[in-house]
Amino acid sequence: MTWNEFIHMGGYGAYVWTSYALAGVVLIWNIVSPLLRRREVLRKLENWYRQEERSS
Amino acid sequence: MWAFFHKLASPKHFYRITGSWIPWLWTITLLLMIPGLYLGLWVAPPDYQQGDSYRIMFVHVPAAWMSLFIYMFMAVVGGIGLIWNMKMADIMAASSAPIGASFTFLALVTGSIWGKPMWGTWWVWDARLTSELILLFLYLGYIALHSAIEEPRTAARAAAILAIVGSVNIPIIYYSVEWWNTLHQGPTVTRMGKPAIHSSMLWPLLLMAGAFQMYFFTVLLMRARTEMLWRERRNRWVRELFGNYRRPSLSNNPEEVSS
Repeated sequence: MTWNEFIHMGGYGAYVWTSYALAGVVLIWNIVSPLLRRREVLRKLENWYRQEERSS
Repeated sequence: MWAFFHKLASPKHFYRITGSWIPWLWTITLLLMIPGLYLGLWVAPPDYQQGDSYRIMFVHVPAAWMSLFIYMFMAVVGGIGLIWNMKMADIMAASSAPIGASFTFLALVTGSIWGKPMWGTWWVWDARLTSELILLFLYLGYIALHSAIEEPRTAARAAAILAIVGSVNIPIIYYSVEWWNTLHQGPTVTRMGKPAIHSSMLWPLLLMAGAFQMYFFTVLLMRARTEMLWRERRNRWVRELFGNYRRPSLSNNPEEVSS
C-alpha cells in the first residue's frame, strides 16, 4: 500500500477518516474530562478544608 | 487473594493501590491499540464486497461491544451496591456511565457513517439501530437521575435500579440482528464454530477490542479516584493527603498535591 492509497481508502477516505477522527475525539474527551474534574475537585477540597479551619 | 479484594473495597486502599496501576494500564492500552491500528488500516486487505469502507469496523465494533459491556458492568456493580450497600460500588457505576454513553454515541455515529456508503442511508429505524439508540438514552437517563438526587445513598439506589431494569435492553440489542430482519449484518466473530471473518481482519479487530477494554478500565479509574476524594472528604485519609494544602511544610506527599 502507498501513502496515496492509504489516504484515499479506495474512494471511502472521507467515511473512514471521519470515523477514526470521531473515535479520536471520544477517546481524548474521556481523558481530558476526568483531568478537568480532578482539578475542580482539588480546588473544591481546598476551599472545603479552609472553610472548616476557619469555622473551628 | 481475598484479603487483597477486601482491601480494594475500601476507598482509602483503592485510591493508593490503583494510583500505581494507571501508567501500566496506559502502556497495555497502547501496546494493543498501535498494532491494532497498524494491522487494521495498513496491513489488512480491502474487503471483496465493501472495499476499504469496512475498516470503520475496527472502531465501530469495539465501541459497540463496550457500550454493551459497560452497561452490564454498571448494572452488576449497581446491584452489588444495592445488596451490600457499598460506597465503592456506586462510585464505580456512576463513573462508568459517561464513558459508556460516549462509546454508545461513537458506535451510533460510526455505524451511520458506515451505513451511508454501504446501505445508501445514514439511518434506518430497524431493531439494532433503534435499540442501540435506546441504550444511549438509558445512559443519559442514568446520569440525569444520579445527578438530580442530592442525597448520595438515595441517588445510588435509584440509579442502580434504573441500570438493572434497563439491562433488559442488552440482550435485545445483542440478538436483534437474529430476531428481526434488518439491514445490519449478523454477528461474524461470535458465531458458533469458525468466525466468518478472515484472520487478517480478525486480529486487528480483537486487538482494538482489547485496547478499548483496557482504555475503559484506565479512564474509569481516573474518574473513580477523583470522585472518591470528594465523597470521602470528611475522612482522615483525604485530609492527610489534601487537608494541609496551604501548608507545604506539613504536606507529607507533595507529589499528590501538584498532580
